Amino acid sequence: MAKKKESTLINMLLALFVITAVSGGVLGLVYGFTKDAIAEVDQKKNEAAIQAVLPLEGDITYKADTMSFTYEGVASQFPCNLAYDANGDFKGAAIKTSEGGFGGKIDMMVGILADGTIKGTSVLSHSETPGLGANMTGKFKDQFVDKNPASFTLKVKKDGGDVDAITAATITSRAFSKAVDKAYQAFEANKSQFMKGGSHE
Amino acid sequence: MSNNLKTFTKGLIKENPILVLLLGCCPTLATTTSAINGMSMGLATTFVLVLSNIFISLLKGFIPDKVRIPCFIVVIASFVTLVQLLMQAYVPDIYETLGLFIPLIVVNCIVLGRAEAFASKNPVWPSLLDGLGMGLGFTLALTLLGCLREFLGSGSIFGLTILPETANILVFILPPGAFICLGFVIAIVNQFKKESH
Repeated sequence: MAKKKESTLINMLLALFVITAVSGGVLGLVYGFTKDAIAEVDQKKNEAAIQAVLPLEGDITYKADTMSFTYEGVASQFPCNLAYDANGDFKGAAIKTSEGGFGGKIDMMVGILADGTIKGTSVLSHSETPGLGANMTGKFKDQFVDKNPASFTLKVKKDGGDVDAITAATITSRAFSKAVDKAYQAFEANKSQFMKGGSHE
Repeated sequence: MSNNLKTFTKGLIKENPILVLLLGCCPTLATTTSAINGMSMGLATTFVLVLSNIFISLLKGFIPDKVRIPCFIVVIASFVTLVQLLMQAYVPDIYETLGLFIPLIVVNCIVLGRAEAFASKNPVWPSLLDGLGMGLGFTLALTLLGCLREFLGSGSIFGLTILPETANILVFILPPGAFICLGFVIAIVNQFKKESH
């Protein structure tokens, strides 16, 4: 067995320096090597999420945009993807939205058609309780599909709305509904601009 | 060779990191909400453990005693970051479920524990076996706990539904269930060990 280096200052400095330098170098290389693959995965995931919440027929081009909207006194930015068909007509938008749930922030994407109908919702990330709030990704979220918030109040029934809450996860259900409501209201407030946005410059 | 074999097998049962040494309980309790989560976490940890054991064994003559812990941590953290980047790029589905827990491997005391207690004192080959044995023992314990908790809490094992929803005991998915399950499994293992003596 090789004899241990003595703990002199120079030895310690050398060992730490070499190890951190090599580690840093290797990680830098791997990062450079995987960066494109990771970006591609993220891109695909984003596209898949848009497709999931806003499935549209025909030749659709998506345009990334941001909506500004003040919800309950808090000004926020909502990143979104606007869908236009071949004629440049506005078809709908996939909007990123979020709200604090029971275990942390719930990040979602909501697909809304041009007439305001919710086409689909998808949870991008959350930290709700497994088995309780985490069940929002199942049956719960399907009840929003094809509902128009003009006739479907985005609040749980306990609060006088139309949303069936998840049993024993009212806070999550409220947060989910509120996130959808935010996206819807931001959409309604900004809608008129999108209609123009499609006229291909 | 029999010595090497012993180095490998001791991590599985006799010195199982979770059930006997009680090392690395944080990821154990956190990730075992389902069998697949537990197993994936175990395998990712095994990978890091084997690599870090190999490298620390190789570097042991170069690292002065007084700075060994920071050196070990840098090596371990580098491998964890490496695993994270590679998983993110090439197996995004698994990364999706485990993403949050991967950085936790850095602070998993099994990895540092084995580096300190074994790899820094032994040659490369036994260190590799030790890492593999400990890692698989960890995986075994995590999978077992994951199966138990998933079965009791959501009535399924590896996503396969066995019991109807009404039979689910939710507490087993929640943190208290993790402690209860771990406690009972350790009690049972201890009983077996007592009898076999």
